[in-house]
Amino acid sequence: MNEASMIGLLTAAVSFGALLYLAALGELISEKAGNLNLGVEGMMAMGAVTGFMVALETENAWLALIVAMIVGALFALIHGLFTVVLGAEQVVSGLSLTILGIGMAAFVGKDAVGRPPGAVLAPVDWGALSDIPWVGPILFRQSPIVYFAVLLGVATSFVLTRTSTGLALRGAGESASTVDAAGHSVVKLRLGAVATGGAFAGASGAYLTLSLTPQWTEGVTAGRGWIAVALVIFGAWRPGRCAIGALLFGGLLALKTRLQTFGVDLSPILLSMIPYVLTIGVLIVISIRARNRPSSAPAALGQAYRREER
Amino acid sequence: MVPAIELKGITKRFPGVLANDNVNLTVEEGEIHAVCGENGAGKSTLMKILYGMQPADEGTMNLFGEPHTFNSPNEAIDAGIGMVHQHFMLANQLTVLENVILGAEPTKQGGLIDFDTASKHLEEVGKAYGLTVDPFDLVESLEVGERQRVEIIKVLFRGAKILIFDEPTAVLVPQEVEELFRNMRELKANGATIIFIDHKLEEVLEIADTITVLRQGKTVATVKPADVSATDLAELMVGSELPTPQITDAKISDTIGITLDNVTVLDEDERPIVDAVSLEIRQGEILGIAGVEGNGQRELVGAILGTQKISDGSIFLMGDDISNKSVRSRRENGLGYIPQDRQEEGLLLTAPLWENAALGHQTAKPFSGGWNQWFIDREGSRSQTERIRREFDVRTPNVDVSAHALSGGNQQKLIVGREMVSEPSVLVASHPTRGIDVGAQASVWEQIRQARSNGLATLLISADLDELIGLSDVIVVMFRGRIVAQLNPSEITPRSLGAYMTGATSEENPA
Repeated sequence: MNEASMIGLLTAAVSFGALLYLAALGELISEKAGNLNLGVEGMMAMGAVTGFMVALETENAWLALIVAMIVGALFALIHGLFTVVLGAEQVVSGLSLTILGIGMAAFVGKDAVGRPPGAVLAPVDWGALSDIPWVGPILFRQSPIVYFAVLLGVATSFVLTRTSTGLALRGAGESASTVDAAGHSVVKLRLGAVATGGAFAGASGAYLTLSLTPQWTEGVTAGRGWIAVALVIFGAWRPGRCAIGALLFGGLLALKTRLQTFGVDLSPILLSMIPYVLTIGVLIVISIRARNRPSSAPAALGQAYRREER
Repeated sequence: MVPAIELKGITKRFPGVLANDNVNLTVEEGEIHAVCGENGAGKSTLMKILYGMQPADEGTMNLFGEPHTFNSPNEAIDAGIGMVHQHFMLANQLTVLENVILGAEPTKQGGLIDFDTASKHLEEVGKAYGLTVDPFDLVESLEVGERQRVEIIKVLFRGAKILIFDEPTAVLVPQEVEELFRNMRELKANGATIIFIDHKLEEVLEIADTITVLRQGKTVATVKPADVSATDLAELMVGSELPTPQITDAKISDTIGITLDNVTVLDEDERPIVDAVSLEIRQGEILGIAGVEGNGQRELVGAILGTQKISDGSIFLMGDDISNKSVRSRRENGLGYIPQDRQEEGLLLTAPLWENAALGHQTAKPFSGGWNQWFIDREGSRSQTERIRREFDVRTPNVDVSAHALSGGNQQKLIVGREMVSEPSVLVASHPTRGIDVGAQASVWEQIRQARSNGLATLLISADLDELIGLSDVIVVMFRGRIVAQLNPSEITPRSLGAYMTGATSEENPA
């Protein structure tokens, strides 16, 4: 492996890592509030198609990103309505959201298949920083969304630990009745967390079609939403650890397209399986290791909260 | 003087239940006012209404003479009411400080929590009332008494002047109760008004300035502790004389029903949660196990039943080694079981009574058709259930209603009946009267007494110390997985038993 291809691999690892990180961060916020949303894949698909379509129409990539986030949030609120307000089973609702999102995105994006993008989010040039050998191309010639993801990661961590909303949100994921009795609205907190999660997933999807692979094809999300869900567990519900995991899994995604050029003689179908197989592997290892320790998962994760239940 | 709280004509309906029926309550400022009554008398509902967790259907509420209606706990908190919940309202993975400030976070600009101010205020509150806890401990790591202190601090932190204690002693051992009462008196001396919900009469008489008794959702009387005895209160609560657990003279045979020999159960960390426990229960004998919950009782029961793997030792049922037998084979060989959580472990709530009556005995007559245990005998099951209903006074319109339609007491009677009609030789009864009303309680006690005179070997686990002392022939105390004392129930009081339960006294140093 030569230097150029190594740099290429690491650069792609960061790019893919940011994609996964955005979605995982959103899911982390939702789960911290006690709501398991398995609709990440669907929300990403909606964000991806929305971003691409808006860019086609307006030729404004930033507007496209913002609209994709809003659509992601609204789409997530469908899940919020069923699970938080109506108290439905979170797993079922989340799975439905994934199926709905993938199908709806395919329908909406029918005419956009194969068209060149209306606008893209071009990599940022940091001047002198971008010219540093190794570090420059890997860290300082990325799409603006990569830096946006880093910013959101720091902000999320800060909000969760240092603000009153963050404290209440964590409380809602630990013991909803406690938060209710303390005078915070569990419904508002959880809906807010679910919507934020949706917005982040929408951003992740838009990043895909506006920057990473700037075109629309059906199934462009390719199961990456599920990797994001796994990442939250891998990261033990901590934004920092999720970032490390995102880089790791991002590297795996990047590796798959490059293994052939490195001379590995394997069927491309097998190669594209690798990140997903490793995802399963990592989760198995973590589960085995976590079996003997108290889980760091929010205690009320997955439980609907109904106030007048006696 | 204007009363701190004046509730008038409070009525609250739940589907099928009139939880509060025109209830009146007047609490003077600076007093400890006890509200007592049986389970289901409407105490908790009344407090939830006062605290804004549930709206009343009818009635008015005045605080210090001002009319109020609360639509959320927030509004109650703003009006100076605080609730110390029976089931602690604490998030285990947050720190004490985080739990305390949750909902009342002192914030700087932009919603940032001012942790410095918060911990300073926490310290002040703690000092003022003599309540100490490390603010940076995770709640997870605290003892029950300490968690309760966190609950109290939480309420005071919000500046509450009226404190509601919802059955605060239910989770405490006697020594912790004394500590709690000291704290309550201190609060009162500092000008707080306290409403105290309880159904333990001695406690009520000890701590309260005024007592209001509820029965079936109605206010029955408001009395001063000096004017009444515990018996008077009991009669007010149940409307008739209170039954007591009591066994008649012993007729213990020499045959051993169940033997535990050095039984050890390990938890996930490979530490012994049941530590080399040896027991023998003879036929016609009731052995009571006392202990603060979480000292291995649940796991011990699991080991006997077969749901918990034992790592060492052996168990004999009527002389046969059952250590490696399946749950089903143990049950078929005469092990009866009354689980501690009837809804979780004892019943299928959505299944009809006759199916529930077959649970645990589904492979035996009359529930399944003899030679072919694969098929359920519906007729046989129904008639057996009818028998249970008749003999054990299970109040239900018919045996086809689902189990959740029954009240807690009737659910428990069904379970007790189910175990008894199968004529076991050994009975494991885990908290058999927890959370049921006095009538059902008396009936369950009677069944256990009956079982004893029929020659069953009974293992009784209970948090109700009066029940343990009244029913048992022998009491052993479990502490950190070990049997630390064996006691004669006729020589001990709940108080001295409590000392053993906290590990304060051991066998070498009897109280």
